[in-house]
Amino acid sequence: MGITVVEVTKQFGDFVALDDVSVAIPEGSLTALLGPSGSGKSTLLRVIAGLEEPDRGQVLLGDDDVTHQPARARGVGMVFQHYAAFKHMTVWENVAFGLKVRKRPKDEIRTRVHELLELVQLEGLAKRYPAQLSGGQRQRMALARALAVDPEVLLLDEPFGALDARVRKELRAWLRRLHDEVHVTTIIVTHDQEEAMEVAGQIVVINQGRVEQVGTPRELYDSPANEFVMSFVGPVNKIGDTFVRPRDISLSLEPEGDSTEAMVERVVHLGFEVRAELVRDDGQHLIAQLTQEEAQALELERGLIVYVRPSRQTVFAR
Amino acid sequence: MTARYALRFGALGYLAFLLLVPVGLVFYRTFEHGFQPAWDAVTNPQALHALWLTLLIAAIAVPANTLFGVVLAIALVRHRFPGRGLVNAIVDLPLALSPVVVGFSLYLLYGTGGWLGGLSDHGIKILFALPGMTLATIFVSLPFVVREVVPVLREIGTDQEQAAETLGAAPFTTFRRITLPAIRWAVCYGVVLTTARVIGEFGAVSIVSGRIEGKTETLPLYVQSQFEGFNTTGAFAASVVLALIALATVLAMRIFRPKEGI
Repeated sequence: MGITVVEVTKQFGDFVALDDVSVAIPEGSLTALLGPSGSGKSTLLRVIAGLEEPDRGQVLLGDDDVTHQPARARGVGMVFQHYAAFKHMTVWENVAFGLKVRKRPKDEIRTRVHELLELVQLEGLAKRYPAQLSGGQRQRMALARALAVDPEVLLLDEPFGALDARVRKELRAWLRRLHDEVHVTTIIVTHDQEEAMEVAGQIVVINQGRVEQVGTPRELYDSPANEFVMSFVGPVNKIGDTFVRPRDISLSLEPEGDSTEAMVERVVHLGFEVRAELVRDDGQHLIAQLTQEEAQALELERGLIVYVRPSRQTVFAR
Repeated sequence: MTARYALRFGALGYLAFLLLVPVGLVFYRTFEHGFQPAWDAVTNPQALHALWLTLLIAAIAVPANTLFGVVLAIALVRHRFPGRGLVNAIVDLPLALSPVVVGFSLYLLYGTGGWLGGLSDHGIKILFALPGMTLATIFVSLPFVVREVVPVLREIGTDQEQAAETLGAAPFTTFRRITLPAIRWAVCYGVVLTTARVIGEFGAVSIVSGRIEGKTETLPLYVQSQFEGFNTTGAFAASVVLALIALATVLAMRIFRPKEGI
């Protein structure tokens, strides 16, 4: 089921969390709401879930206006950053909760919970309590619990934010595969651009309660709508009014065309890639990203003088 | 090393001097002439009635304050309403106010010429009867459940309740299946504290009851009246009963108290 948010405004006291936000989330998509903390992305998710009521505007699930419906009537599944596991219930009871409050027949509950625990790979842990699970397992349990009621929409609020880097990466890949299997319209809130790009088909960039840009990961990276998106979706060099991605700075040992002289201050090896930190004559600091081979060919090292030239740059109209 | 021992003995000596010696003395004096006189003293009709009345008041006041305490705690923590800060402050009033003042204010309210003094003309007897004594007891034991439940509600936060809501649970289902299990130990602990306070209440009840022997006399009042009537055996024996109830309450407290490592 698609989600349409129309001109939604939400204030907390004097703080404007959402300022006239309109977004359309296509049915079956996996969309990321990306923005820095305090940008309003979580508030937007909670407005869609029905946990916050907007001051103005509408929320539509499919063609139904659900703006004034309580969360329990919306048929959404929600996963919280800190799991929100029911601590006094076992994994099995957690997953069965939504079905039990819907008074589904016992046989159906048993089959469905079994199915879901298999899907999230927690079959063997059904009798454990949340306190006996790792963070990653807890979050998978929370996902199974949200999916148990066959939600029309799955909402994930920074679901991997409390997990360590390795587990986070695993769960991202797993979520991607899960979405390919289950096809439920999914929104994931994150402040991590890498996570958004890796997981989502569509990204909504939010800043200070407003939508800055909507697009595929590629569109955002290649043609950012403004300075904010440019610098938020990846590292960037700012030279006056010009923005250059580190990848688009080419280095050579001889001057060529309009290149300028710079000194290598630091070389950082990041596996396949190498990051060179440079400083120009005029004091401008630059970051260049090259492959290991390129770095080797230049024999990059601290103190080396190189000539830099942006191969691609962006200027935003003011 | 020496300092540590000095501290320990200091603390223990202080406790012994203030608590154990007087209470121990009550036990000693009660059974000084054997078990039988003490048993007779607490099984005479007047003493039994006092015990019955104490338990009856507890049976009304404790559930009332438990229900009210849980509801008020949820209102204070989960809802914003005008006057919330004021209510929060007023809840603590019974802790600060001398019970005698509580009794006196009820006396003024329901007594002859009081705002609600007219009730007795319509056959509703508040003062010098069970309703007045229960009201006074509820008043003085009001804060305990609220004060135990509020911090736990704050700590568990709203995540679990919101998760239950998105899963389709109606507000009362969420309360019963999610909130209540999370606060149950705090509620139990609050109930134990309330019970202890209710059983031992003297000052407020002393004023509103009129202390009519065999009618409006609770166990603490009975101790006082026996003591004043020079029936020390009766006073001591009834004190022992109160002390035993207190002991049971403290034991229950130890069981319910969340683990603190002590």
